[in-house]
Amino acid sequence: MEIKLNLNGKAITAQADPDTLLLDFVRAQGCVSVKRGCDTANCGLCTVLLDGTPVLSCSVLAAWAAGHSVQTLEGLQSEAEEFVSFIADQGADQCGFCNPGFVMNTIALLRENPDPTDEEIRAFLAGNLCRCSGYDGQLRGIRAYLNSKKEQGGAPRGTEQ
Amino acid sequence: MLTIREYLRPQTLEEAYTLCQKKSNVVLGGMLWLRMQNSQVGAAIDLCDLGLDTIEETPEAYSIGAMVTLRQLEQHPGLASLTQDAMAEAVKHIVGVQFRNLATVGGSLYGRFGFSDVLTLFLALDAQVELYHAGVMPLARFAELPRQQRDILVRVHLPRSPRRVAYLSQRNTATDFPVLTCAVSRAAGETCCVIGARPMRAMVLADEKGLLKAGINETSIAAFAGDVAARVPLGGNLRAGEEYRRRVCEVLVRRALTEMEEG
Amino acid sequence: MPRVEQNNKVVGRPVRKKDAMRLLLGKPAYLEDVTPAGCLVVKVLRSPHAHALIREINTAAAGKVPGVAGIYTWQDVPQKRYAQAGQTYPEPSPYDRLILDRRVRFVGDAVAIVAAETEKAADRALKLIKVQYDAQPAVLDFHTAKDNPVLVHPEEDWKALCPVGADNQRNLCACGSDSAGDVDGVLADCDVVVEHTYHTKACQQAMMETFRTYTELDPYGRLHVVSSTQIVFHVRRILSHALDIPVSRIHVEKPRIGGGFGAKQTVVAEVYPALVTLKTGRPARMIYTRRECQIAGSPRHEMEVRVRVGADRSGRIRAMDVYTLSNTGAYGEHGPTTVGLSGHKSIPLYSGGLEAFRFSYDVVYTNQQAAGAYRGYGATQGIFAVESAVNELAAKLAIDPVQLRLRNMVREGQTMPAYYNEKALACALDRCMLRCAERFDWEHRRIPRVQPDGKIRAAGVAMAMQGSGISGVDVGSATIKLDDQGGYSLTIGAADMGTGCDTILAQMAAECMDCPVDDVAVFGADTDASPYDSGSYASSTTYVTGRAVEKACAELKRKICALAAELLGCEASDLEFSGRQVRRLDGGGAVSLTDIATRSMCGTAPAMQATCSHSSPTSPPPFMVGMVEIELDPETGSVRPLEYVAVVDCGTPINPNLARIQTEGGLVQGIGMALYENVTTNALGQIAENSFMQYKLPTRQDMGTLHVEFEPSYEPTGPFGAKSIGEIVINTPSPAIAHAIYNATGVWHRELPITPEKVLLGILHKAK
Repeated sequence: MEIKLNLNGKAITAQADPDTLLLDFVRAQGCVSVKRGCDTANCGLCTVLLDGTPVLSCSVLAAWAAGHSVQTLEGLQSEAEEFVSFIADQGADQCGFCNPGFVMNTIALLRENPDPTDEEIRAFLAGNLCRCSGYDGQLRGIRAYLNSKKEQGGAPRGTEQ
Repeated sequence: MLTIREYLRPQTLEEAYTLCQKKSNVVLGGMLWLRMQNSQVGAAIDLCDLGLDTIEETPEAYSIGAMVTLRQLEQHPGLASLTQDAMAEAVKHIVGVQFRNLATVGGSLYGRFGFSDVLTLFLALDAQVELYHAGVMPLARFAELPRQQRDILVRVHLPRSPRRVAYLSQRNTATDFPVLTCAVSRAAGETCCVIGARPMRAMVLADEKGLLKAGINETSIAAFAGDVAARVPLGGNLRAGEEYRRRVCEVLVRRALTEMEEG
Repeated sequence: MPRVEQNNKVVGRPVRKKDAMRLLLGKPAYLEDVTPAGCLVVKVLRSPHAHALIREINTAAAGKVPGVAGIYTWQDVPQKRYAQAGQTYPEPSPYDRLILDRRVRFVGDAVAIVAAETEKAADRALKLIKVQYDAQPAVLDFHTAKDNPVLVHPEEDWKALCPVGADNQRNLCACGSDSAGDVDGVLADCDVVVEHTYHTKACQQAMMETFRTYTELDPYGRLHVVSSTQIVFHVRRILSHALDIPVSRIHVEKPRIGGGFGAKQTVVAEVYPALVTLKTGRPARMIYTRRECQIAGSPRHEMEVRVRVGADRSGRIRAMDVYTLSNTGAYGEHGPTTVGLSGHKSIPLYSGGLEAFRFSYDVVYTNQQAAGAYRGYGATQGIFAVESAVNELAAKLAIDPVQLRLRNMVREGQTMPAYYNEKALACALDRCMLRCAERFDWEHRRIPRVQPDGKIRAAGVAMAMQGSGISGVDVGSATIKLDDQGGYSLTIGAADMGTGCDTILAQMAAECMDCPVDDVAVFGADTDASPYDSGSYASSTTYVTGRAVEKACAELKRKICALAAELLGCEASDLEFSGRQVRRLDGGGAVSLTDIATRSMCGTAPAMQATCSHSSPTSPPPFMVGMVEIELDPETGSVRPLEYVAVVDCGTPINPNLARIQTEGGLVQGIGMALYENVTTNALGQIAENSFMQYKLPTRQDMGTLHVEFEPSYEPTGPFGAKSIGEIVINTPSPAIAHAIYNATGVWHRELPITPEKVLLGILHKAK
């Protein structure tokens, strides 16, 4: 069947089977940042934004996404770049395989809640597994990024170290 | 592996209902459980064009469309105040935000899964389900229906009458399936308790012996919790055995009732 | 006191990983991103039986599925047994495998290989292959495996290359013992003896990128293998054995790796697409599903470790007797070696006053998933047992377990009889313990406290050691080359699997060559281009390969100075290498590195390149101490880790950021092993935890907060004083958490994971 959707700001039309998963569809379109980690909707590696909302692309039919807007990390490079440099400064990127899903969901978090507490960060990102970092370095990176934003005169609200 | 021969977006409920009468056809919920099945689906029926993704409010009830996601439930201010935040408590441990942005109320309830947090809480809220063919019925009755019945779950109605609610679950990790779920509620002087993840589907346990009639206090709560734990059918699975569930059941009922009373 | 190298410019600094930004921005880097999608899809039909003989396979119907390019069964593969363990030849692991065998030995064992144009065609073909099995009785309980009448490997061509005590006619993959002193005599003379048995499960590494390999024939007709592996050179040799083709016909390289933790120290996926490419001449790729990883991967060896530890009333630990029963599963990968660490990396922690020790073991075959290498490699299992036993001893003696350890632990300069009589040249274990106790506030927090809501906060402690490479075996190598504009290319055969070794080794090179890290480009690992390296495992890369980098840099500096001497018309001994230039000590001129590089590429000149190897006769242990506080709900048995404090002696941390993340990642994996990650097998030999839905990794809501510090020592045999860090960090959580649970409940849990159910039923049982 023919699928028309907006991928990273570009209208695309492509052939797919009715059971093609969005994950495989966007990878075939060159968006290889989207990773498969588990097959059971448990790991968060395949996170994409569907109409701005973070979802697991392993559990969405490409056909279902037809007519909608899909964003992958390929389409959010500039929004991600400053933030991820703080993760790099912690060395928390590690093997990197879970990074795109983690970065996508963090972007979604910060759009929804620009000044989250540590608890809110942990809760929002609970569906993003990472086997290398032990998570704390990711948290430190997010916190350092938010602090630097504040120093630049960004969002207010309570601070946590 | 799941295979799907055809993907359809019916434009009317009638069309959706007709399509779902065929045994090999399946109504898509959030796809989360469906895709893990090793089945060959003829047509996947997507209800996305039927306007079922909203939570509507009338003076009497919240009407929740079948395609409303668990994340919508979690973030809805009206449902939060109706349930004293039990709604968010019931869903926020389910895998992760991205999962809850896909999982739907319709999928969660129609499947009548043994592990369902949503079924547990909604049973305690006197939910009514609206089926396209069979009409409106209490969720408790729907939960008992044989699964073979092929109907479309259209909306769920939660009465807005005053009600005290509390929800608790026991889990081995923060986002794992529950080992046991417990919802308690009290409306019009009647207390009801729902136990789910038994690991069979959730069931309602009323205060049959009237243990809470004379007043809800530490003693009566303990008696009721003991009574529920003694009579609820429980079993074992990978996550825990029956004995553990029975012990935890008594604890969760007691804690939930206490929390409900203390508000 | 440690010799702190304050003068280092690059070593000891928290340099960003060289690949960090590209990985964080999701650029193509991993196998599935960088190999062509239009290749054959390779899938494996897996046995539904724990033990069976294949009577007949009918592939006719499957072969007719459009798009199927080949179906291979046991009749189509070389009949030479080999081992899949990535170890130095001759491998201690027995040669007990064929790519496909007529006998299948666990649920998930390979039965047939399918190659097809699409995944759908491959899946359809898998369903259509008709196999008739003669089911055999299976050995599922590892306690009954030794001398069981049912043999997992009855075949005559089974062989063990090394004298490890293996005997396939007894289901023995290895057995042996090591001792010093009269253990039984000393134990009989002890005031207190604690004896218990501890059980750990076959935990999964669960790296986020599953096993995967791509193969093709290159323009020379050689087999070109791109694989997500920690061990390119071992892969090349093992494929040569398995496929019965010469090593010279194989070229192996790795792209970025999505995590390994030891899993990818075994050749798990490589043989299948390689066979397909040899048979069809076409590019082929196999990507393991998560389910395949869980049921047919290379998990930790399940072990049961019996510890007898004896002490006098004052708390002097006098003797230790450890017996380990290890379950290697259906094949012997890493079986004979992992078991050794369960004793050799636990008992020596108490070298302080130990009068006698004995360590003995059996490693048995069963009809379960074959085990492999997982971070900690046997030490994790042994340390859970020994550290738990020491905590039990402390409770019995009513001595603070921190004080008990300070009284008995190994100290710098001591010889460790249970560690091949190696001397602890660098050991800050005592300082780790003191610092950890201070940072954690052990004095106060060791006393359990009941909270207003009835939950109990309690603390636990454990210490650990590991090795740094395999002494006398591991080979690390590096080639460093001066490039046109005065930068360097560092080529290695070690594999960065996310740990950051590319960056760490570049830091060492930059320190040696007195240049910025950005001036050192790193390449590896590739069997055609890299100098030989045994690979990234056994905590060897920083310590062993790092030393090779130091040596290669020294050699290159000599060459640079020699060429500079020619250009300046003096002796090399009159010169000083100072990073950007080489100058005469007498102030009589200098020549820039750029000019030297340019000169080396024009006319005749010696190659401005050096390759050095290194192997170490010792394997200096890193040490650490971990303390945990938990909150335990005595009514539900739930255990929540609140805070974990770890103080690590890894020698010199070359990159403190990366060392810290290694530690944090290891701690969380260890917390998972202690509390959540279970493996249960039913009567048919099927594993229930065959997905991430059932096998529960800790999420960021399950691990509490972590606090990591370093207490450096200076290892004279390591590069810049470094030892290792990669593995030791997983070893303390299990015993520390079990200890904290005891302190909260009065119940010792000797089997992992310690689930809420076990905790609650333990409390109830004790009350009875």
